[in-house]
Amino acid sequence: MMLDLIAASLVVFGTVFFIAGTVGLLRFPDIYCRLHALTKADGLGLALVALGMTLKAESFGEVFRIVLIWFFVALASATCGHLIAAYARQADREGKA
Amino acid sequence: MTDPFLILDLLLAGAVIALAVATLTVRDLFAAIVLFIVLGLLSALAWVRLSAPDVALAEAAIGTGVTGALLLKTLHHLRYVAGTLGEQTAHGVTPVTPVPMSVIWANAAFCGLITLGLAIAFLDAPLGGPGFDALVADAIPASGVDHGVTAVLLNFRSYDTLMEVVVLLAAVIAVWQIERGLSEAPSPDLSVIWQGFARLTLPAIVVVGTYLLWKGSEAPGGAFQGGAVLAAVGILLLLSRLYVPRPAHRALARWGFVLGTGVFAGVALLVTGGGRVTFEYPPEHAKTLILLIEGLVTVSIAVTLAALFHGREPVAVRAKEARHDA
Repeated sequence: MMLDLIAASLVVFGTVFFIAGTVGLLRFPDIYCRLHALTKADGLGLALVALGMTLKAESFGEVFRIVLIWFFVALASATCGHLIAAYARQADREGKA
Repeated sequence: MTDPFLILDLLLAGAVIALAVATLTVRDLFAAIVLFIVLGLLSALAWVRLSAPDVALAEAAIGTGVTGALLLKTLHHLRYVAGTLGEQTAHGVTPVTPVPMSVIWANAAFCGLITLGLAIAFLDAPLGGPGFDALVADAIPASGVDHGVTAVLLNFRSYDTLMEVVVLLAAVIAVWQIERGLSEAPSPDLSVIWQGFARLTLPAIVVVGTYLLWKGSEAPGGAFQGGAVLAAVGILLLLSRLYVPRPAHRALARWGFVLGTGVFAGVALLVTGGGRVTFEYPPEHAKTLILLIEGLVTVSIAVTLAALFHGREPVAVRAKEARHDA
C-alpha cells in the first residue's frame, strides 16, 4: 500500500516535469531555451516515471529492462539535444557571416 | 464502472486522426515528416492497445524508424545543393513545380477506394466471431514454433511473407537502377559526443535486433522487426561516414540482397516431394528451417533497408552525372 502510494506519486511528479518541459517548448523564445526545457525537464520526468515503475515491477528482469530503457532514452535525448544545438549554432553563424 | 483505459484509448484514437490530418495538410515538408513519425509512434501505441504487439513492433521499427529516416533522406536529396548550410536553406521548402491537381485527385480517389474496400470488408466480416485464433492454436504444435504470429508468417502463410521479402528486393533493384554515384557529400562534422553515443549504442542495437529475431519463435518479434533494428545500425554508420560504400562492396551487397529471398524460395521448393507440397516443412525439421529462413531473411532485410537509405549504387560516374540536381 505504502509502496503503491510512493510509486504513484513518483509517476505523477514525473508527469509534472513532462508538462513543464512541454510548456517550455511552447513558450520559450529561441531554439536553445526550448532544447534546454525539453532535454532537462523530460529527462528528469522520465527518470521519475521509470523509478516509480521499478517499484511496481514484479521481477528483477522487469527492473533491469526499465533501467535499460531509461538509460538509452536519456542517452539518446542528451545526444540529440547536443546535435540539434550544434547544428543550430552552425546555421546561426553562417547566417550572420 | 467504465474501463479506465477508455479515456486513454479515446485520446489515442483522436490524436492519431488529428496527426494524420496535420501530416497531410501542413505546408512544410520537414514538418510533415516529423508529424508522420509522431503519427507512427502513436499508431504503434494503438496497436499495443489492440493487443497486437507484433504489429506494434513492426510499426515502430519499420513504419516509423526506417521509413522516417528514408523520408528525411529523400527531403535532404530534394533540397541538397553542394555547399554550406546557408545555401541549402536558401532553396525553397516546397517543390519547384507544384503537383498538378489531377494527380492529387487521382491519389485521393485511390485512397478513397481503398478506404471503401476496407469499410466493405469490415462490414461484411462476422461481428465478434471466433476468428482464426482457434485454428492457429490447434495447428501450432505442427508449425515448429511456439508463437502464433511467427507460425502464421513463416509456416502457414509463408508464401505471403516470401512476397514481402521480394518487394524489398525489387525496391532495392529499382533504386540501384535509377541512382548511381559515389558519395560526394563532405563528411559531417560530428563531435566526440556523438562518437561516444555511437560506441555505446551501436553494439546495444545489434544485441536488440538479434534478440528480436531470436525471440520471434516464442514471443512477439521476428525477421522484419529484427532486420529493421539492425538496419538502423547501417543507417547510423552511413550517416556518420564510419562506413562508406565502395564499388568493390557491390558484389557482397548483392549477395546480401538476394540471400533471404533465395534461401526462402529454395527451402520452400526443396521440401516439396514425398507427399508434401511446396512450403510444407517436415514437422521434425520445421523449427530448424524456420530459424534458418528467419535468420537469413533478417540479414537481407537489414542490408536492403540500409542500402535503400543510402539510395544509390556506389559506382564511380563522372561528377556531372552524379549530380542529378546540378
